[in-house]
Amino acid sequence: MVKARPHAGRFAPGDRVRVSSRPVVGHCRTPWYLRGKTGVVAEIHGTFRNPEQLAYHKPGLPAQVLYKVQFRQDDLWGGYAGPASDHLEADIYEHWLEPLK
Amino acid sequence: MHDHDPHDHDHNHDHDDDHDHDHAHAPPQKDHDAGPVGAYEVLEEAVRSLLIEKGVLTAQEIANQVDLMDSRSPALGAKVVARAWVDPAFKKRLLKDTRAELAELDIDIGTLAEFRTVENTPKVHNVIVCTLCSCYPKMLLGVPPAWYKALAYRSRTVADPRGVLAEFGVELPKGVEVRVHDSTADLRYIVLPMRPKGTQGWSEKELAKIVTRDSMIGTAVPAAPKKPVPRKSNKAA
Repeated sequence: MVKARPHAGRFAPGDRVRVSSRPVVGHCRTPWYLRGKTGVVAEIHGTFRNPEQLAYHKPGLPAQVLYKVQFRQDDLWGGYAGPASDHLEADIYEHWLEPLK
Repeated sequence: MHDHDPHDHDHNHDHDDDHDHDHAHAPPQKDHDAGPVGAYEVLEEAVRSLLIEKGVLTAQEIANQVDLMDSRSPALGAKVVARAWVDPAFKKRLLKDTRAELAELDIDIGTLAEFRTVENTPKVHNVIVCTLCSCYPKMLLGVPPAWYKALAYRSRTVADPRGVLAEFGVELPKGVEVRVHDSTADLRYIVLPMRPKGTQGWSEKELAKIVTRDSMIGTAVPAAPKKPVPRKSNKAA
């Protein structure tokens, strides 16, 4: 995967975000179970070509900023049995994240 | 197979040495290519032949790449973990820039993915999964185990990580945060487990031997080997 030039992302670590729940057809690397869920940006990984295009032999441009987003397990599953301090982290591209006030 | 239970070892089945051994035995193991050719095998062969015929790749290049993947095994990851256990400066750099530190150990991770090391501490236990497919730190651990790619592991690890870990024999107290990493994109993760107690003064090589594949996925915790328990003899008195 080609890592393109560094990019000032739309979000900063600590920002609260929601994963978009828009429908999508074809290859997409935003898992269903995270759609519509709320998390916090933990880290900015850099800029990567868009896999939704790469999958179809397109250039994947514009490249997307990729974030590590941290979710509380309690926010993902109704009735999560473990302690409230348990988390899940996933890498989500910027065009799948919506700002939350 | 014969069941060699020492308490019931009467060997009463007819096994004269002089009988004609002409009855059909099932072969001990089926040839892997004995069955009908599957669709994916046909596809693979067709694509491979075309790539070679059209001069995109040579058979030698394909064989070299297969060799490269086969040369990767958890021993590589274990080497990295053991180095991190004995060299705090290396560990610090590894957590900051895994790719660069692997290069320092002459481990080339190729151009395919970024690498990240996540550290287990007394407060956080990390576990790795890929719900979308089976993204795995192959360049450090080799080919993934079948269970890592199974629907059950992929779907249950994100929803009930403590339940899955318990099934692997890892019971974590409530005070330890379980942090699941779903490798959804361009990064690959490897867990840096905690160095077990009772390993003070061990050499890097000795330490590497107790770093298991599963401990670098997060489904196990390395342990210093216990004193071997003497086995009961099966021999009749």
